[in-house]
Amino acid sequence: MIGQAKKAGWVNRSLMIALMCYLLLPLLATLIYAFAKEWQATVLPERWTLEWFSQMFSDARFIDALWTSLYLCAISVALSLAVMLPAVFIITVYLPKWETFMKGVVVLPYAVPGVVAAVGLIRAYSSGPVSIAGTPYILIGAYFIVILPYMYQGIRNSLLTVSAVDLLNSAELLGASRTRAFANVVLPNIWPGVMISTLLSFSVLFGEFVLTNMLVGGHIHTIQIYLYQRLGESGHLASAIVISYFVFILALSLILMKLTQKMNRGIQG
Amino acid sequence: MKRRNRWIYAGLIPFIFMIAAFQIAPILSMLTGSVARENGPGITFGFYAQVLQSSYYLKAITNSLLISIISSAIAIVIGLVCAYSITRFSPKIRDLLLTISNMTSNFAGVPLAFAYIILLGSNGVFTLLFKQWGWDVFQNFNLFSWSGLILVYVYFQVPLALLLLYPSFFGIREQWREAAALLGAGKWKFWSTIGLPVLTPAIFGTLGILFANAMGAYATAYALVGGNYNLLAVRIGSLVAGNVINQPQLGNVLAVVLAASTLLAVYLNHKMTQRSRMFNGAPSSEPVRAHKRRSWLRPAAPASAKEELS
Repeated sequence: MIGQAKKAGWVNRSLMIALMCYLLLPLLATLIYAFAKEWQATVLPERWTLEWFSQMFSDARFIDALWTSLYLCAISVALSLAVMLPAVFIITVYLPKWETFMKGVVVLPYAVPGVVAAVGLIRAYSSGPVSIAGTPYILIGAYFIVILPYMYQGIRNSLLTVSAVDLLNSAELLGASRTRAFANVVLPNIWPGVMISTLLSFSVLFGEFVLTNMLVGGHIHTIQIYLYQRLGESGHLASAIVISYFVFILALSLILMKLTQKMNRGIQG
Repeated sequence: MKRRNRWIYAGLIPFIFMIAAFQIAPILSMLTGSVARENGPGITFGFYAQVLQSSYYLKAITNSLLISIISSAIAIVIGLVCAYSITRFSPKIRDLLLTISNMTSNFAGVPLAFAYIILLGSNGVFTLLFKQWGWDVFQNFNLFSWSGLILVYVYFQVPLALLLLYPSFFGIREQWREAAALLGAGKWKFWSTIGLPVLTPAIFGTLGILFANAMGAYATAYALVGGNYNLLAVRIGSLVAGNVINQPQLGNVLAVVLAASTLLAVYLNHKMTQRSRMFNGAPSSEPVRAHKRRSWLRPAAPASAKEELS
């Protein structure tokens, strides 16, 4: 039924216009608010300004928060890559029996919401032999679990699409050692797919608020925590932050989309 | 060969360590914490009893359940209609619509709450405009109350519902429609007797995900109503987080309750995915006669086919 449908009736058209208005209205309002000098009781603001953006970029706390977010996300994603790449490779290629177990592990972060995970983490690590509650370590560990599903699915799917097992066998037949076959043959082939899950994980972590707030909210300020703190102070400044944040996420997802298209084309052609 | 294999498994050690330390240990700790005595060893269900006897916490649980069920139900209806509508457009527009939905599904949590405050908060643009125009329909509307929360929850549930339901429309084949039409079934008859029943597993599966999503939503509610509204997730947050830990055991108990509800919802989704695979994919226990049908059904469900092949 999909594919042949070409002409959409006016019912569908107006429905979609309504949906898009509904979905985009909050975003649009934030955008206008970020550029408005003041906006009260008129359909559109009467005066525009860039003041809020310049105020934002001159705020040392904003720059700090941005850096904190960037490096926390980068460290977590890098750690996840280092741990997950070999693990998923071994499981997919050598231990297919483990896949059922892996499916459970991967679903668990969906079934255990951030609030619940935070409660468990705080209790497990606030006392006893490993007391890392309130430190970046516990946050990085929690982030690792948050992005686990994306990483696992991404790496596994790319391994399956390039038929890693066949590649590996051919490489070994030609005399390459197993490590070399992995590094020189499998890794370059799955790289685009891995890149996609890396970017996706990065954007997921960038928007993380629950765990950050509950685990280290008092002393580590990521961009989300900063935003939350500024909500009460100036609405215009906060919308400037929201818009910058959203533009960043948008750029990431555009790169993601292009990469996905490129990869799909590579597979088909 | 054997020995080399054994070395390869060493690559799993960091992975197992991370899973054990940050996924399994917290869950176990939460479970033991909910039944541990305050001082001394032993098991007690006293904290569960305390929660069940407290009208305050029971209210939080029912509030959360209600808001999750209502927002999921509204979102699934909107999502279903809109997902179908999207399938009627040309591929190019379809992609555009899906991209926008995908983009807005990123718009959640604190930024979303903030956008709604700009629009409909007590000094919001629309609030002031409506007041000026004298529309008193919205006079009783308060963003920081029950109706406001529902509105915002529905907003972040709709794109998710739409994106999750959209692929299942691939499962309805044009031939079925033609066959039904030849046998004299109208549009309404087709959807009520064929279309919707085929979609039912997908609908309930998506409902499970939406419900879990709403139950666990913390950032949006926290940014919107702070501690002022009695929701389970917000209650847990205020019991555990912050510098003052008042009653960690109660927090553990409430967290177990919340996790139980979301686990159940995700389990529903899992069961329903298996079900819908019976329609689209190929159940292994099917008799041989179905083999021929299986092969032409495959392309209709690329995702499940890939699962099957692996």
